[in-house]
Amino acid sequence: MRIEISANKLRSDFVKKVEEISGETLPSCYQCGKCSAGCPMSFAMDLLPNQIIRLVQLGQEDDIAKSKTIWTCASCLTCAVRCPRGVDLSKIMEALRLITLRKNTDYVEPSKIEGDTIVELPQIALVSSFRKFTA
Amino acid sequence: MNLSYYPGCTLKTKSKNLEDSAIASMAALGIDLVELPRWNCCGTVYSLADDDLVHHLAPIRNLIRAKEEGSNKVVTLCSFCYNIMKRANLLIKNDAEKRNTLNSFMDEEEDYEGEVEVVHLLEILRDEIGWEGIAEKVKLPLYGLKVAPYYGCTLLRPQEAAIDSVERPTILKQLIQATGAEAVDFPFTTECCGSFQIVSNPDFVLDRAWNILSSALRWGAEALVLSCPLCDFNLGQRQKELGKKYREFKEIPILYFTQLLALSLGLDPEVCRFELNYVDPRPLLESKGLLRH
Repeated sequence: MRIEISANKLRSDFVKKVEEISGETLPSCYQCGKCSAGCPMSFAMDLLPNQIIRLVQLGQEDDIAKSKTIWTCASCLTCAVRCPRGVDLSKIMEALRLITLRKNTDYVEPSKIEGDTIVELPQIALVSSFRKFTA
Repeated sequence: MNLSYYPGCTLKTKSKNLEDSAIASMAALGIDLVELPRWNCCGTVYSLADDDLVHHLAPIRNLIRAKEEGSNKVVTLCSFCYNIMKRANLLIKNDAEKRNTLNSFMDEEEDYEGEVEVVHLLEILRDEIGWEGIAEKVKLPLYGLKVAPYYGCTLLRPQEAAIDSVERPTILKQLIQATGAEAVDFPFTTECCGSFQIVSNPDFVLDRAWNILSSALRWGAEALVLSCPLCDFNLGQRQKELGKKYREFKEIPILYFTQLLALSLGLDPEVCRFELNYVDPRPLLESKGLLRH
């Protein structure tokens, strides 16, 4: 993959926004890959969790936007408790989701969920999905 | 002894089996779970964004309700409710700036500073009654029943909310052993079931269920025991589909820890509401002679 790295991208508004929303220090990550090794959803991700944080470090907003990884994360916090550098990647994933959701773009559309499914699912499934994936 | 109890939404609808078996078991152990007279949905997932305070109001309002009742402790059964209320409480206790903002936003409530302690029922069993205390009250030891403890995420992560060791928890195992059943350790005991992805990516969750359940079966478990209604759904409800996708899959009942407890205390199995379990555990329990009353 060919990417452009420039001073503008490294300190772009996007990077600053991720840091502000997540409260995490992005350069702390040294790419050991522990987060991806333990991630229970990595089998379904197009970019691994450690690749996501690397792309954020490098300001590659477009590559992240093309990926489904942030919408595949289940916020199980396994990465957060195992990171040897104390980076809470779950907060970075949340910040990335919110950057999209705050533009009033839903990932899950409640009105499109079938009636039977709604009746079947426990309330915590619906509430947590809407909390995570709707604006 | 009375304990303030916060049920949450799912316990009043899909997971009556968790609530009923918990209330009956605790009564048998000398503790009355007294439901808060007024409560709201906790919001289920703790906000992970530093600049988002509004979503902390729902769990904190519940804690204020407990304080209004004169309680210094509130107990939860649902792992999700436990996690968000525990974390919101730690936030308002430890972050003075956010505490001020939250308190000034709430008009009707008195200022709250994190005075109410949030505990999960498993902590009451371990810390206030104790495993020996439970073992003494066991009337029907569940000998010969092989049960795998399944923790999921929200009882153990993050560290600040963990009720036990994050990587090597034993609390469910010790409960299983106190009831006389055999605890079966297995590698997926703390792994996520896929959680709310059941709504948007149900196929991913099916794969998670396969990994978790087939591992438990391989290690010799006959049932899984847990405390989270979402894990219960994700692992239990779609086992028929798992059987279609993976021919070698064999169904395995999922029990709430309180159902195991109620049974071992010799309570009427009716309080367990086994008819609400996604995979009926009664044939298994019957075959072990554990349904007599």
